[in-house]
Amino acid sequence: MDVMDRIKQQVESAPVVIYMKGSPQFPMCGFSSRAAQALQACGIEFGYVNVLEDPEIFENLPRYANWPTFPQVYVNGELIGGCDITIELFESGELKTMLEEAIKASSN
Amino acid sequence: MTQARIELIKTRLNEVLQATQVEVIDDSHLHEGHASAGGAGHFRVTVVSDQFQDKKMLERHRLVYQALDDIMNTEIHALSIKAYTDAELASAS
Repeated sequence: MDVMDRIKQQVESAPVVIYMKGSPQFPMCGFSSRAAQALQACGIEFGYVNVLEDPEIFENLPRYANWPTFPQVYVNGELIGGCDITIELFESGELKTMLEEAIKASSN
Repeated sequence: MTQARIELIKTRLNEVLQATQVEVIDDSHLHEGHASAGGAGHFRVTVVSDQFQDKKMLERHRLVYQALDDIMNTEIHALSIKAYTDAELASAS
């Protein structure tokens, strides 16, 4: 499968998906760690892709998303941002609402 | 090297985004020994530009990344961004 198709399938595989360095349990980068912690603090289930274990994704996700860095957080298949934006949304309380709505919509 | 990188980032943001204020802080020391950085730096930037007007945060960050496109990954490993318009900065302070 073409890598762009593979990414599209991944970002749409769950209502909330994070591409990060390492895993939520063992993050390998401070930015990835903070973004994953914000998702965890919202108390919802989310999928993750460890880009360090998948060089093809690591190389091509920036092009797919027009976003050059990791982590990247996707809600309903759309990029919401990297670490800074995820944390800002978390601190304003918007993130929790946004994620809960995405999960509710997907379970209907 | 740090100072040269800071100046390069400032110049780009001023020129490309017509920024009215740019602050660049080098946080590279936080990532010493971080192998995947390959010698590139870790910076925190605050940019004030009216080009951010009516743009969502995602779009603002994209504009900053695009302004630095050719030095992302070579000079810059990680970038933390705060992006405001003049009006937002005035109302926040």
